[in-house]
Amino acid sequence: MDDLHIWLAIAVMSIVTAATRFLPFLLFSGKKKTPKLIERLGKTLPFAIMGMLVVYCLKGVHFGGLSGFLPPLLACLAVGATYVWKRNTLFSIISGTVLYLVLVQFVF
Amino acid sequence: MKKIVKKALVDTLPVMTGYLVLGFGFGIVLHAAGYGLPVALVMSLFIYAGSMQYAAIGLFTGGASLVTVGLTTLMVNARHLFYGISMIDKYKDTGKRKPYLIFALTDETYSLVCRDLTKIPLEQRKNYYLLVSLFDHLYWVAGTALGAVAGRLIHFNSEGIDFALTALFVTVFLEQWLSSKDHLPALAGVGVSLLCLPIFGAEGFLIPAMLGIAVILCLYKGKREGGKEQNG
Repeated sequence: MDDLHIWLAIAVMSIVTAATRFLPFLLFSGKKKTPKLIERLGKTLPFAIMGMLVVYCLKGVHFGGLSGFLPPLLACLAVGATYVWKRNTLFSIISGTVLYLVLVQFVF
Repeated sequence: MKKIVKKALVDTLPVMTGYLVLGFGFGIVLHAAGYGLPVALVMSLFIYAGSMQYAAIGLFTGGASLVTVGLTTLMVNARHLFYGISMIDKYKDTGKRKPYLIFALTDETYSLVCRDLTKIPLEQRKNYYLLVSLFDHLYWVAGTALGAVAGRLIHFNSEGIDFALTALFVTVFLEQWLSSKDHLPALAGVGVSLLCLPIFGAEGFLIPAMLGIAVILCLYKGKREGGKEQNG
């Protein structure tokens, strides 16, 4: 790609990305009242989306060998267990990430 | 004000770790593909969507047309529509901050601002939204710049450190689970995604999963509140 094409491509990506972020706000804000269905979706979606994002992050997990699933599984369990125990986000994230680093770099 | 800055800083620490590492990686890969600091900075400032920026490198080197670039961006970022829908109310009266808040609504920022923050007084909460959005954006740009400039000089094994972002999502998911009695939305999110993953593959399962989740959540609530929503 030549320089001009790269910059144009970046402009297109910026505009389309912004469009996906702005569209819901443009459709459902201002003077018109937000439809009830959208309002209720707005309340339940965060729960579903976080579940989807967790799966999205773990999409590379495979069962073709222990290294394919044990590190993320153990690290996620560590995050979950420490979170239920302490309810401290930062503590759980650090514990889980350190465990994961050790597992992928030194154990598997 | 000081207190809210501190809270935003502490809350965004996991995102800082993840963004510095992922941004750094992006800077290095982009550099290796033959594009320097200006391209990296402009992309991280104005596109500000991690997975799309990684995908863009392949599009650049493959010489994709602008139409392909636009359609790919739409597919990769369609999930943002969901974030917007659930932030309409929360971002309603944020005034001049609003355009930036919407522009900067990434996965990670969303995971922090979608939480129940009603403990923070409203005026401060609006500033909290802004600070979280701004800090996350800065981490991403800083990580990218570092990767683009110094990527070749520094060698350390950071394999696995991006797990910080997965861990962040797991804690938010758990917090929502523990603070709610209604687990169906969370179960629908995990269940539909797990179902779609083997069917559509790791690259293509998000959009079908989102559609499935949307259908389930619409039907679920509609059923619960009787026939009121028939015309909605």
